[in-house]
Amino acid sequence: MLDFQKYTLDNGLDVILHEDHRCPIVAVNLWYHVGSKNERPGRTGLAHLFEHLMFEGSAHHDSGFFEPLQKAGGALNGSTNCDRTNYWEVVPAEALELALWLESDRMGHLLPALTQEKFDNQRDVVINERRQRYENRPYGMVSMALMAALFPPAHPYHWTTIGETADLRAATLDDARDFFERYYHPANASLTVAGDIDPDATLALAQRYFSPLPTAAEPPTLTPPFDQNSFDAELGRRLLLEDRVELPRLYLAWRTPALFAAGDAGLDMLAEVLSGGKTSRLYRRLVHEERVATDVSAVQGSRELDGWFSITATAAPGRRLTELDEIIGEELGRLVADGPTDDEIERGLAQVDAQFVYRLQTVGGFNGRSDQLNAYNVYTGDPGFMSRDRARYSDSTPAAVRMLADRWLTSSGRVALSVVPEGAAADALHGSIPAVVS
Amino acid sequence: MTTAVDRTRLPVPGNPPLVRFPSARVARLPSGLGLRTVEHPGPPVVTCALSVPVGSASDPVDHPGLVALTADLFDDGSVKRPSLELHGALDRIGARLGTEVGTDSTTVSLTTLSQYAVEGLRLLAEIVSQPRFDPLDVERVRDLRRSRLRQLKTVPGAVADRLFLETIFGPHPYGHLGLGTDEALASMAAGLVRDFHGEAFRLGPATLVVVGALSHEEAASVAAKAFTDVPAVPATTVVVDAAAVPAPPAPAGRLFVVDRPGAVQTELRIGHLGVRRLTPDYHALLALNMVLGGQFTSRLNQRLREDRGYTYGVRTSFDCRRAPGPFSMDGSVQSDATVETVTEVLGEMSGIGRDRPVTADELALARAALTRGFARGFETAGQVARGLTRLLIQQLPPDYYDTFVPLVAGVDEAAVTEAALTHLRPEEAVVVAVGPVEQFGAGLETLGLGPLQVVDA
Repeated sequence: MLDFQKYTLDNGLDVILHEDHRCPIVAVNLWYHVGSKNERPGRTGLAHLFEHLMFEGSAHHDSGFFEPLQKAGGALNGSTNCDRTNYWEVVPAEALELALWLESDRMGHLLPALTQEKFDNQRDVVINERRQRYENRPYGMVSMALMAALFPPAHPYHWTTIGETADLRAATLDDARDFFERYYHPANASLTVAGDIDPDATLALAQRYFSPLPTAAEPPTLTPPFDQNSFDAELGRRLLLEDRVELPRLYLAWRTPALFAAGDAGLDMLAEVLSGGKTSRLYRRLVHEERVATDVSAVQGSRELDGWFSITATAAPGRRLTELDEIIGEELGRLVADGPTDDEIERGLAQVDAQFVYRLQTVGGFNGRSDQLNAYNVYTGDPGFMSRDRARYSDSTPAAVRMLADRWLTSSGRVALSVVPEGAAADALHGSIPAVVS
Repeated sequence: MTTAVDRTRLPVPGNPPLVRFPSARVARLPSGLGLRTVEHPGPPVVTCALSVPVGSASDPVDHPGLVALTADLFDDGSVKRPSLELHGALDRIGARLGTEVGTDSTTVSLTTLSQYAVEGLRLLAEIVSQPRFDPLDVERVRDLRRSRLRQLKTVPGAVADRLFLETIFGPHPYGHLGLGTDEALASMAAGLVRDFHGEAFRLGPATLVVVGALSHEEAASVAAKAFTDVPAVPATTVVVDAAAVPAPPAPAGRLFVVDRPGAVQTELRIGHLGVRRLTPDYHALLALNMVLGGQFTSRLNQRLREDRGYTYGVRTSFDCRRAPGPFSMDGSVQSDATVETVTEVLGEMSGIGRDRPVTADELALARAALTRGFARGFETAGQVARGLTRLLIQQLPPDYYDTFVPLVAGVDEAAVTEAALTHLRPEEAVVVAVGPVEQFGAGLETLGLGPLQVVDA
């Protein structure tokens, strides 16, 4: 579905090229196979803090990363999740070399320019990011409570990518240096250059800028299970959070298969049947017909090591979370008993087909073609995995989806989190205990 | 085999080629509806957008929120079929439907695969021209919107936005949320919505934009069939053009706070009435905003984020509409830095027109950022459709995008200073702060902004 060429440089850097001359722009996209899963308890949030430091200058350009690229007409950003950190630039074709110069300088020569002052400043920025996006936002601390409840303390998904504030405050410049040396090098990275390029010339440029960079050993792969047995007994918990919110909201979550593992695509289809659009089962019943909820969503949130399936619904004014819970339980029961209809699966596949085409529209940025090629390469080793990715959904027959609901969305494996207005703990599901978040 | 990299200096990119915004073919359907089509190479996708010059400024004075409620109900069934059946049809073609209600216009857009262009346009026509307005649907959607209003009371940014616009615009048609008020929504029933739709949402002044992997001829033929039964007749007088409305009165104070005890940050809006979109110095204004707070490397973001670490980021913007919209600085800062941030923002607003005028380097960066990445904005069918729709809504000339780069390139330091002196008025700026008042209330009162007024969320 996407044409590409893949090369691996002697130092281990994967270079993927994708040509498209419709628009005179080039996307540079660089993935480092490191995320918050590679952190350790006590130093959570380091991967994301480190991403911020990557924009503060490197040895041969020791000032802001934004200015030279914006001056060239580029857009740029980066992001961190539990599995990977990505950086991208979209520049006019003439500025490709500038982008490669800058990316290679920070891959190979960051540390000489990394100072205590920059570290302290970006730590303050990240703590403010956490305040803005999590602490000072309604329902903002939910991800902390859910990840901690679903995954045991030794599991790399037990903590969130933004990390704990206390850990951010405890992190040191040496932690950042160690992190760079272990994870930021060619053998742990994948570079995609896409758009208005000449592939031969671009490969030569990539070799010129990245081949001289020193490399290190590829970090060992983290392998589940992570003391799963000792944790199973803890599942089935009911938790509550009191928050500055107007309406109570119910979060139901289950552990499920990892990204691209058997069952992952079928659980996407299950989520579509439950909450994709207004005709979906949960939307129709909770919001449209019975009007007990203002919104509902179901998501298979699969990641590299593990997945989780979640259903979220907000109570309409005057309605109780127990009513929502009962209806969701009934609908899941119906699906487990009878499975989805042929028509539901057909509509789900129409959506999937369209999504795969819509995803081809942009060459750069988050989720653009360059980002997808890197994602497939980092997670499967094959940048061309898209066609197999698409094929996974065609295997999701009604019977297969029914079996997945039965297998994974069990009552014993469920975490239920009630978020209620401050002082309204009694509005949580019966038997809920306070979740601990900070 | 490769030459060594010169790391003593950055490569200097050549000038990007002149990129033209895709040309649109202008036509009129037999029904009278205006049409713009663009043949856009790319994946087999088509985006159709129908834009009507009716926005929340056209809300009747006693019914704030009526325009957006009406638009929200477009896809809740048509006279042909109830809501869920209509959505089943949309699902079957993998359509993405979006309704955007601004102050001056409403745009309904539908994106689908090109193979479904006929069905997609037919559904779009059905949605905008024959909404069902079943009393049960109206009641349900109305109550969902009331719930959303209630939820927004706990979102600090939404509280700040609302208070800021109410303060700046007062009784002006831009002075209320598109969502309206709870009291007004509570009184709206199906009859009112149906009548309003019939009077206001007529397609005489509307334009349909079709962009995608279709030829002009195909697009025109498909659109003509889809809209054949929809007469494009003029709207009656309920539509308000904000450009014809007198300017709002001066705000009733400069310092407004909403208390959020114990909150870790303060959500800030600082600004005043801005300027209309058709202002002749628009390009200088864009450059000014880039330097002041419109991009990552702006003065304010550098100072408050990169030097001080007080915030995840701040932004300034001139929201230019048919009539002057707001100029504002938006940001959320750690609560103990609230007073210092307000001082910095007012200081930068003042300095850039006076003792710290824009430098040649700053202006070069701003101009380059605005012009050299121009091509990036027209990559997808959706971007092109939005770009065309914007011209129509703002009544900009058809060659607007062709003149954009040369006009920005012609902006000099004197023009930016002039724009700053004309359009930034720190001595009138209103400050809205949503956060823990005990941490900053007394400090803000020492800034000479007049009495502090505490308002409910």
